[in-house]
Amino acid sequence: MREDVIKAEKLTKVFNKSLVAVDHITFSVREGEIFGFLGPNGAGKTTTIKMLTTMLKPTEGTASVLGFDIVKHANEVRKVIGVVHQEYTADEDLTGYENIVLSADLYGIPRDITRKRALELLELVELTDFKDKRVETYSGGMRRRLELTCGLINRPKVLFLDEPTLGLDVQTRVAIWEYIRRLKKEYNMTIFMTTHYLEEADALCDRIAIIDHGKIIAIGSPGELKDRLGGDIITIAIRENTDVTDVIQGVENVKEVRREGNVYCVKAVKGDVTAPLIIEALRRRGYTVTRLSLTEPTLNEVYLEYTGRAFRDTEESRAEFMAKRLVLRRARR
Amino acid sequence: MDAANEYWPSFTRGLWALTRRELKKWLNDPVMIVMFVLQPFIWMGLLGKSMNISGLLSPDNVKLPPQIPIPDNAILYPPGLQGVILDGAALSQMIAEMGSKIMEGAFGVTDYFSFMAVGMISMVVVTATMFSGMSIVWDRRLGFLDKVISTPVSRAAIIFSKILNASLRAMFQATVVLALAYILGLKLSSTFTLLNLLGVCAAIFLLSIGLSSIFIAFSIRSTRMERPMQFVSLITMPLMFASNTFFPIKLMPNWMQAVVRVNPLTYLTDAIRQLTILPMDLTALITDFIYLGLFAAVLAAIGIALAWKHLTS
Repeated sequence: MREDVIKAEKLTKVFNKSLVAVDHITFSVREGEIFGFLGPNGAGKTTTIKMLTTMLKPTEGTASVLGFDIVKHANEVRKVIGVVHQEYTADEDLTGYENIVLSADLYGIPRDITRKRALELLELVELTDFKDKRVETYSGGMRRRLELTCGLINRPKVLFLDEPTLGLDVQTRVAIWEYIRRLKKEYNMTIFMTTHYLEEADALCDRIAIIDHGKIIAIGSPGELKDRLGGDIITIAIRENTDVTDVIQGVENVKEVRREGNVYCVKAVKGDVTAPLIIEALRRRGYTVTRLSLTEPTLNEVYLEYTGRAFRDTEESRAEFMAKRLVLRRARR
Repeated sequence: MDAANEYWPSFTRGLWALTRRELKKWLNDPVMIVMFVLQPFIWMGLLGKSMNISGLLSPDNVKLPPQIPIPDNAILYPPGLQGVILDGAALSQMIAEMGSKIMEGAFGVTDYFSFMAVGMISMVVVTATMFSGMSIVWDRRLGFLDKVISTPVSRAAIIFSKILNASLRAMFQATVVLALAYILGLKLSSTFTLLNLLGVCAAIFLLSIGLSSIFIAFSIRSTRMERPMQFVSLITMPLMFASNTFFPIKLMPNWMQAVVRVNPLTYLTDAIRQLTILPMDLTALITDFIYLGLFAAVLAAIGIALAWKHLTS
């Protein structure tokens, strides 16, 4: 039986006595999974990660990592976790290798072990050739990879990734995902990550918590969350003008049918399996299907369903968001 | 699964790792080092050499005619004595000798340059500690501080590394400036030995600890560079001028003397002067060290307590 590696109970953080950044969230992360916090900027993701990594003290509630309380046993937590921050935290004036050694020294790892691990990690993220170059010469993707190696130097059992691909272009982002998967496979860690990229949560995470205004509004695997919407959308057109709503409704897994002329909009669980069944049923009764399309819901629709607004819309009131973010940044530091 | 739990992040290891990082950054930037040394060098060269106070009364400056008639009313004609005529060259010589005595009485040394050059070393210590203390704001802005506090390294090591780095830099720069001053004509006293240099470094170390801790506690709270910069420019001027850095205390008004006597810079400057250009007065030197030691201990305690509170909340 897999155990809960991270447990949070009614975790809350209030800044300046008025700004509720994280609002009584309760969740747990199982051993070996990649757990993602998905939400727009300012939703409370970074504040949560800062509490779990002992950098901020919660206002209310408790949490533990591998059984260590994040407040009472903060230093024990720090020893067994790795953290990759949202910002590039490496020292630009030092070389990549010097940065890794510095991290290792902060964990008190013996030098010979450090050297062996550093070279191994650098190999895994393909930075070996650049290890003796100053970090200021690195590209964004290279710096992310260096951050990953620094965060892994103590062989953490739990790795925290705060927006691991923030500000990277699409190609680099996909590459970073690959490195994360590779590192996870190699070292068998549990990963807690935050992201505001839907594709990232979808591609990497085993389970996702959607967070908005400091509250968790849904938890589940990407598949479950999408299924909760009622399934996929199958659009079918038939040649005949007869109403076949009942026929389609009779097929297993079909949840809802809407007719517009001879085009039918069908909501169904497991659309890829249901679509052939619908065609089969219609054909048996002598109807001819002329057109069919299948749309699987994206996390954007999930988000829309739970929050009442499209994910991208959250960027709309930019002024408000920036103001909030400013307060958060100031308060967090 | 492996020994991650068994590593014990020791205080000294963390302290040295963080300090080494700062020193590496510093050595990677020779232009900054040159500029830091160049600034006091220029001050010494221009101010120290231009304000040639001892030259005021030199025979070259006090040019008397070969014969100086004494006005009638200046001579009292005591009974039995005839009027006199003074030799101008001899009088110039007399005035010059008086000048040297005045200088020695006021400054302790006969040339202002030596006096002022040592004051410059104190200034170097102040600017060096303050500028390096400022780096904590950068660490914070760039996220480096975040990375450090998410590791199990001792919080004290984070603060001490900054203090240690500031002190090491100040000691290095002050030594370079002292050497430059010697080249420019600083006159060492007869009691000077190379061993005294260690005393100079110790005095500098104590002041740096005090100054940098309070400064770090102040700047650790600000996310913007402007605040500590403003603080530096606000505090350097009074620290330097309300002390014996450029001028002897006894010629200052009483209220100012009171300020000067609490200013730690006064004690550092005096300690260095005792160790280099003055004939060493052991009592004065011990007083200086006691004051500097107390200053370091009290301010470091306050500074570290404030910074600690900030880092752990």
